[in-house]
Amino acid sequence: MQREGSAFQGLGVVMLKELSDHLTSIRFFVLELLVVLIALVTVYAAAQQIKDTTAEDPFLFLRLFTTSREPLPAFLFWLSLLVPVMAIGLAFDSVNSEYNRRTLSRILSQPIYRDALLFGKFLGGLVTLTIALIVLWLMVIGLGLLFIGIPPGGEEIARIFVFLVVTIVYAGVWLSLSLLFSTLFRSAATAALVALGFWLFIYLLWPILAEVLAQAIVPLDPRYMALGLQTPGTVELQQILARLSPSTLFAEAVVALLDPTTRSLGPIYLSQMQGAVLGAPLPLSESMLIAWPQTVGMIATAILLFVIGYVIFQRQEVRA
Amino acid sequence: MSQDTVIEAKGLTKTYGRAVAVDHIAFSVGRGEIFGLLGPNGAGKTTTILMLLGLTDISGGEVRVLGFDPAREPLSVKRRVGYLPDTVGFYDQLTAADNLRYTARLIGFKKAVRETRIADALDRVGLSEFAEKRVGTFSRGMHQRLGLAEILMKGAQIAILDEPTSGLDPHATAELLAIIRGFKAEGVSVLLSSHLLERVQSVCDRVALFSGGHIALMGSVADLGREVLGGGYVVDIEADGAGLAERLALIPGVSGVEKTGIGKLRLHADRDVRPEAAAEVVAMQGRLKFLGVQEPSLDAIYTRYFETKPAEGMTMKEGTRHAA
Repeated sequence: MQREGSAFQGLGVVMLKELSDHLTSIRFFVLELLVVLIALVTVYAAAQQIKDTTAEDPFLFLRLFTTSREPLPAFLFWLSLLVPVMAIGLAFDSVNSEYNRRTLSRILSQPIYRDALLFGKFLGGLVTLTIALIVLWLMVIGLGLLFIGIPPGGEEIARIFVFLVVTIVYAGVWLSLSLLFSTLFRSAATAALVALGFWLFIYLLWPILAEVLAQAIVPLDPRYMALGLQTPGTVELQQILARLSPSTLFAEAVVALLDPTTRSLGPIYLSQMQGAVLGAPLPLSESMLIAWPQTVGMIATAILLFVIGYVIFQRQEVRA
Repeated sequence: MSQDTVIEAKGLTKTYGRAVAVDHIAFSVGRGEIFGLLGPNGAGKTTTILMLLGLTDISGGEVRVLGFDPAREPLSVKRRVGYLPDTVGFYDQLTAADNLRYTARLIGFKKAVRETRIADALDRVGLSEFAEKRVGTFSRGMHQRLGLAEILMKGAQIAILDEPTSGLDPHATAELLAIIRGFKAEGVSVLLSSHLLERVQSVCDRVALFSGGHIALMGSVADLGREVLGGGYVVDIEADGAGLAERLALIPGVSGVEKTGIGKLRLHADRDVRPEAAAEVVAMQGRLKFLGVQEPSLDAIYTRYFETKPAEGMTMKEGTRHAA
């Protein structure tokens, strides 16, 4: 059945309201403060480590994101940990709060479709996270300049920009997931708990489970074990399973972008190494090609989760 | 659908799996009319309203709102219809004016028009001085009035009000009903749903009594009173004059005369016979001290109707209702 008008009428209005609500909320302020404080400490520690151990490196600035100094993990670790928390924190009550506040039927009785409401909420959250991440990136670059004293090169800035885009995509995955749970569960507390539980499972348990499952399906070959090598079939399956997690996809994509010497994100065979100059950096375009499948995987996951949430929302009755 | 009809439903049906929430109902609402959808909770009133607004799918039948099909042309319907849901909610952290601004932006009003409409609407419902107060501090009555302000701001041709008086104290109810009468005075048609029959009886031109997804009775209160109670009007008279009771009993439409006190009479009639009664007193050169009419009570009509047809009076069982 053909409906009249655009499905996205009112989208901008909903998005701007969500953006305004997020940016003025205490919840967002606390989450952003947490991320900024962690960034401050980890970048300072990374800069000290770089000063102490690195004599010369054409990609010194990129190391700010990946270098760790005991006992602190690198900035990248915290980022992959906290971006999902921020995204979940912004969206876990997006839809269910409209039911609980009894505003949904009133809003949907205005000349807009549900499409605009849900997509507006997603975009509002994504723009909020984008603003937060841009601020964070600028802060890290500023701190890097302050602590290291050397300005970043053109390619470093380009890599940092692409890294930012990939991080926004990663945030989009968790935002979609959180929005899905917000649509699925009428209780905001339940939605938040399930989303956080899912995040913990994906982040902590899934890599272990992927290894166990891979070894159960493709048992380790004693011949490789005798040579102290990993069984290729097992490793490949483990990698495929691990890549079901957006955290793995993000980590792999970022490694390719922030470490220009990365030539492959899977097992490397001798045939692939022929003619390669070990340790030579790849141009950004080739690093992007390596990170592309992971990035597309994250975009597809975000779209899939959003679509599931969209279908559920379309089928729900508007009455609380 | 005639030009004077703003809502027309024929065979309108809503099912949730096997459960039938609204079962082949038919009704129409005229321009400038206040039409009441009345009945107990769970009778299908809100589901009917949601179908009129295109907010839930229609399982069967057809409906036109201002000539538009809510299923295919929901935006055209929603642009012209204002809706006050049961226990209306607003964004507590926003002020009353900001809540209306958000709605006005969704409707697509330009800024200059928006601000004027918001100020006028808040003034009409007596919330001007609370325009910049957060809605979180508002009472239930103020929430309802803000909901009506939203409809006024929208400039709706039809106002659909779902349980507008539910949970309000008598004073707030009176204020709200006065605003609803104001809608009618401006030519806005009102579709009003309520389970509190006696509260909304006074404002409704016509009513449809819902029960178990059906419309059991429909018409003006007087018509229903005549149909169900067999004589809808009770006229009280206080006057003097010998033989007055006998003369009043001869007025066409009067079915009985009852003496209720010294010089006090009560007429049972199937129509409003006050003009004829007053004329009789004057003709007898008597003194008319009081003349009043009691409309039949909707509660009485509803109760009597379902006493005689109990099967139709059964409301849907809670367990069979979809969380619509």
